Amino acid sequence: MEERLSAVLSPYEGRKDALIPMLQKVQEELGYLPEEAMMAIAKFTGTPESHVYGVATFYAQFYFSRRGRNQTKICTGTACHVKGAARVKDAFERELGLACGMTSEDYEHSLETVACVGSCALAPVVVVNDHVHGQVETGKIDKILEQSIKD
Amino acid sequence: MQKVNSPADVAKMRDYCQAAFARRKLRFLVCAGTGCIAGGSLEVYEEFKRVISERGIDINVDLLFEGQESEAGTVTSGCHGFCQMGPLVRVEPMGTFYTKVKAKDVEEIVTATMDENTVVERLLYEKDDGSHATTELDVPFYNRQQRIVLGGCGTIDAEDIREYFAVDGFKALATILQDLSPEQVIEIVKDSGLRGRGGGGFPAGRKWEAGRNAKATPKYVVCNGDEGDPGAFMDRSVLEANPQSVIEGMTIAAYAIGAEFGVVYVRAEYPLAVVRLLKAIEQAKEYGVLGDNIMGTGFNFDIEVFQGAGAFVCGESTALTLSIEGKRGMPRVAPRPRTTEVGLYDKPTLLNNVKSFAYVPDIIREGAEWFKGIGTESSSGTAVFALTGNIVNAGLIEVPMGIKLREIIYDIGGGIPKGGTFKAVQTGGPSGGCLPESLLDTPIDYDSLDEAGSIMGSGGMVVMDERTCMVDVARYFLNFTEEESCGQCVPCRLGTKQLLEILNDICAGKGKKQDIDLLIELSHSIHGGSVCGLGQTAANPVLTTLRYFKDEYEAHINDKCCPARVCKDLISFRINEDKCKGCTLCARACPVSAISGEKKEVHVIDQGLCIQCGVCMEKCPNKFSAVDCVSPKIPVPAKEKTEVPA
Repeated sequence: MEERLSAVLSPYEGRKDALIPMLQKVQEELGYLPEEAMMAIAKFTGTPESHVYGVATFYAQFYFSRRGRNQTKICTGTACHVKGAARVKDAFERELGLACGMTSEDYEHSLETVACVGSCALAPVVVVNDHVHGQVETGKIDKILEQSIKD
Repeated sequence: MQKVNSPADVAKMRDYCQAAFARRKLRFLVCAGTGCIAGGSLEVYEEFKRVISERGIDINVDLLFEGQESEAGTVTSGCHGFCQMGPLVRVEPMGTFYTKVKAKDVEEIVTATMDENTVVERLLYEKDDGSHATTELDVPFYNRQQRIVLGGCGTIDAEDIREYFAVDGFKALATILQDLSPEQVIEIVKDSGLRGRGGGGFPAGRKWEAGRNAKATPKYVVCNGDEGDPGAFMDRSVLEANPQSVIEGMTIAAYAIGAEFGVVYVRAEYPLAVVRLLKAIEQAKEYGVLGDNIMGTGFNFDIEVFQGAGAFVCGESTALTLSIEGKRGMPRVAPRPRTTEVGLYDKPTLLNNVKSFAYVPDIIREGAEWFKGIGTESSSGTAVFALTGNIVNAGLIEVPMGIKLREIIYDIGGGIPKGGTFKAVQTGGPSGGCLPESLLDTPIDYDSLDEAGSIMGSGGMVVMDERTCMVDVARYFLNFTEEESCGQCVPCRLGTKQLLEILNDICAGKGKKQDIDLLIELSHSIHGGSVCGLGQTAANPVLTTLRYFKDEYEAHINDKCCPARVCKDLISFRINEDKCKGCTLCARACPVSAISGEKKEVHVIDQGLCIQCGVCMEKCPNKFSAVDCVSPKIPVPAKEKTEVPA
């Protein structure tokens, strides 16, 4: 793991304060933050492992287990909430057979909610693999998935 | 002309860029804000490129700078604001404003504009009286606004600094570097009455002065773009549409307080803003208006971009600076020195919101009196709102302070869609409150909103109609703050959880009479026992909904009824026998097969199986509207209940 991450981490040599950018880069590389990766960062920065873990778990952006190939994010911002995000969430959970925050056993799908993607004028919004879908209707989510999931 | 070597060069650069852009007779400006991109605006842009190029026109902007004339060109811009009607296209110089443009419409637009000198009427905005608006100025959504911070949004290409130069960009910076002392700059900002646009409304000039007076060095300038409020996207739009205005504002601030290094903290969820900002910084350095020896004056200032990692509490200044230092973003415990004394890396730090910085170049150029002349006595200038929710015209607006909520919602927003009735407007996100109809004549300014129990906030404004349950809204916000509480203050960490649990109970029909008093008591404890704004204001959504919509709480608790028919545990769906035509659409869509009935016969919902997902209601054709939602719940017949095997 240390070897694999050395290229990603080397620009941050001597910069203990850059812990968050380091975690972001490592997650970009690996898709999530396995324990060994956090241990490698701790060693690289010379900080206690508990500190790295403490910082990483504080922020919502970091994941600690492998995620699905397709990622669906249901926006639950205020505008989306008012326009029925809860129903959209239920519908996606039923369609994918997954509860929010979970990844399917075959690692095909991950489903999660996000606080706000800032496309409030299009509420309710769902983001599938970085494609933003606006004014989502619960009856049409199969089409949304069809459009955006990877082959 | 590749570089600004002296402050006097800025005017030359402006003339040079204006002359170049004037060589292009027509420009098709495609909105590439996040909303329009979701609607397919990038495909529209590509199609404009293709169609124009097909006519043998080279659309390379650089050719204009080499003196070449051009018949037409196309560029993308940041958010025009009217996201609801996107993708938006404007044709310049005529200003023809097209809405809901698809790639297949492009050919027609180009032909109408270039060959026939006409407009494509079907893509124009249709006004209430059925007539068409040809330009934005004719659209009610725009013509009640006064755009300063959003002035460059949707008019310039955010990825080309030359467009910013052409609209007097960096003129303010040149003026101060040449003619004004840091103290004079601070005096102007103070005189303008600019208050921090992050929500708190602290006078910006006083903050700058404190930064100037701080003794320790080095000093930092930090721009807070951690727009965490759900339901808000103002800062994102400014960063995406006009990043140079933020860079110029920060550089002016750096000169005023004596800083050489700045950081823009951008929220994790805004990747496009990061890309545009990085590009803007790179170009600004290339042109000599940022970095070392700015405009040849010997003044140095550099900016780095820091991407947040997803924590709402990091919008608080001390948490934000700790986060940049690679730590958990937990607000510093009071009493504590101000961030202007001890901030980033424990050094004096000037921290302002994106919009606060973006106003500064205009204030310097136009003067403090000009800014003070807009808005009200105590809140000068304009306010930017993301107007969303149950409203006809959703989008980004900028209005003079002092305008009434009613004018925003009805004149600009166009009122409530589909004949709905207004119930409440929420401002200030999780720290704000919900205001009822009776307060719609409240003027928008920091103090009036505060008095009404809400706050100005950073600019989220969510309109709610009669289908919104106010208890559920309070629960929604508490769910958010409970999750986002950093956990160091017990009243906030555990208090928000208790509030949430009580609200969950009320929504589930398990509310008790004494719950209302308990909610109020707990709210005050959380307010008094938390160090930062998150905890101090966490209960505002509960307190304002209790203040203005107590009857809804009582209906939930006493009658087990959700008047808005939102809370799942208190509602049932049923099919109206007189209206159902037996089309079977609902039965086929029902995910739990709870609907039975033959074709052309009245369908029935099995209340024991129904999960209240509402798909049947959505699927039932409007001409029948045979599915009703009722509250309180229809009791499930006893025999259906006992179907579960013993």
